[in-house]
Amino acid sequence: MSAPHRHAQRCFGVLGEYASGPELLRAIEDGKRHGFTKMEAYTPFPMHDVSHALGHENDLPKYVLAGGILGAIVGFGMQYYASVHHYPVNVGGRPLNSWPSFIPVTFELTILFAALTAVLGMLALNGLPRPHHPVFSVPGFELATRDRFFLLVPHYDPLFDPDEAARVLRAGPTLSVHEVPHP
Amino acid sequence: MSTTPELPKGPRSEVIAPGHTLSTVTDKITQIVLSRRTRRGWYLGFAIAFALVMVLLASIAKLLIVGTGAWGLNIPVGWAFDIVNFVWWIGIGHAGTLISAILLLFRQQWRTSINRFAEAMTLFAVACAGLFPLLHLGRPWLAYWLVPYPNTMSLWPQFRSPLLWDVFAVSTYGTVSLLFWYVGLIPDMATLRDRAKSRPWKVVYGILAMGWRGAARHWERYETAYLLLAGLATPLVVSVHTVVSFDFAVGIIPGWHATIFPPYFVAGAIYSGFAMVLTLAIPLRKIYGLQDFITLRHLQNMAKILLATGLIVAYGYGIEAFCAWYSGNVFEEGMLLNRMRGPYWWAYWTLLLCNVLTPQLLWSKRIRTSVLALFVISLIVNVGMWLERFVIVVTSLSRDFLPSSWDVYTPTRWEIGLFVGSIGLFLALLFLFIRFLPMISIFEMRTLVPDSTGEVRTPVAIGQVQATEDRP
Repeated sequence: MSAPHRHAQRCFGVLGEYASGPELLRAIEDGKRHGFTKMEAYTPFPMHDVSHALGHENDLPKYVLAGGILGAIVGFGMQYYASVHHYPVNVGGRPLNSWPSFIPVTFELTILFAALTAVLGMLALNGLPRPHHPVFSVPGFELATRDRFFLLVPHYDPLFDPDEAARVLRAGPTLSVHEVPHP
Repeated sequence: MSTTPELPKGPRSEVIAPGHTLSTVTDKITQIVLSRRTRRGWYLGFAIAFALVMVLLASIAKLLIVGTGAWGLNIPVGWAFDIVNFVWWIGIGHAGTLISAILLLFRQQWRTSINRFAEAMTLFAVACAGLFPLLHLGRPWLAYWLVPYPNTMSLWPQFRSPLLWDVFAVSTYGTVSLLFWYVGLIPDMATLRDRAKSRPWKVVYGILAMGWRGAARHWERYETAYLLLAGLATPLVVSVHTVVSFDFAVGIIPGWHATIFPPYFVAGAIYSGFAMVLTLAIPLRKIYGLQDFITLRHLQNMAKILLATGLIVAYGYGIEAFCAWYSGNVFEEGMLLNRMRGPYWWAYWTLLLCNVLTPQLLWSKRIRTSVLALFVISLIVNVGMWLERFVIVVTSLSRDFLPSSWDVYTPTRWEIGLFVGSIGLFLALLFLFIRFLPMISIFEMRTLVPDSTGEVRTPVAIGQVQATEDRP
């Protein structure tokens, strides 16, 4: 085995620190020009520019739609089953499937299922909860939740090489560059 | 620290005082939570609220031991304080959802600094509201009968009844409010985890943050989830109070059986909720020195919403009276005269004074910018909205179709104890919230700060695409 490979084993990635969003964006452009495709950025607030530049896709809306449809089917189905099949009560010949009065519960369950899917789906797709992550071991990373911006070139990037990644990041408007150790 | 923002320097300069940066916003809000010193006023306020919670528990104990006979209910007045309080509390909750969801969808920047505690207010108000229908059951330990579940009697709840719709509406509302609030808190929990000095708090906030690290990929899904929740909560909040109004409108009691009820109830809910937000925000910003974040512009905007919804509510009262006369229905006419001249005449006239006349003061800009006046008006509206529900529920029930069945209702001290106790529960939860959680959304406030490059960044209100002016 060659030396860089062993090096890569110990290293989770290379992390650059930036003072502002525009500087982070410049660093992302630099990294993309170099051919990195799996970069991840850490910002104190949501930045559409950044996720756009990193080219992230997002499947959550589809799941939420499916959750909502499931809620509607469960809601109406439960009431239909109870009122028509399981325990029909004939009240003066009125229709058993009195669908207009089933709408409120159907609606509420649609919302409930969709909302639960939105939150649980967001957490699941993000891989949360995950109490620890290698980037937390970098000194100063706690500022990512205050006023600093970070860019990670992770070890699973096809072009990843610690020295090369550090060189690319150092060439940009960075405050500091750290190797992120593998846990 | 400036207490009154001066002339606007930009379109958004009034929603956050000038001079703030990402770090000052973060530090100022986190320090309220992380500071080791607890204010003496906090202890005092919490002690009073906690004492009222004890009153609540005593009143509940009395109810469980004696049954609803401990209350002043009779036939025909089978619904009184319990339902009045339920509707009042749930209505208060609605402003929180309006601020956090509807104003988010309308991209109203100014909501940012008030949405977190408005959401907390919603959650606690729904908790108080939920108590009352349960206690009103008489045998609350059988409350699970309200829920459809497989049982040995093969029975189902009555799906055609608004009372069952209420069960689903309120429980969905409570759940979605909790989700919305918690999701909003996750990034701020991470901030607290990273700022906390003591190990135990780091662990507590760390668990609550679930490992949030502000990754761009996470933010993207987070914003989508938040925006979708807002989109879902918006029709939900309208449906909840509509269903609550069905509890009455589907009944045939004069004064209840009206098509105006759903919109009139929803407007009334938002009206009372905004009054409560003002009641809470005005002392909070003063005590915690948050005038930079909750500016006069916020108070003014809320006053405007208060005025607008107040006018809708006034229209509702007008239409009720008009229809009672125009229908030519003797029972509806009797209902109206009974409200004006019957045993509860004082409630009706006080309600009109509180809810129709008082908010008219808000036409004046002088009053809208006077913090003290707004505080007093908000208190008056809170009282008025409670009276409105009292008039609707009790006055209508006490005199229905047959004079031989009329009766007058007077509350007992246990009912008053429950009501006052629920206010104590609400305040106690609120006190705990402002001590242990950030009462202003930190990460959303960061999006309002001018960039470190010195330029004012296009606001990245959630769901809004940020301008790409800084691309090299």
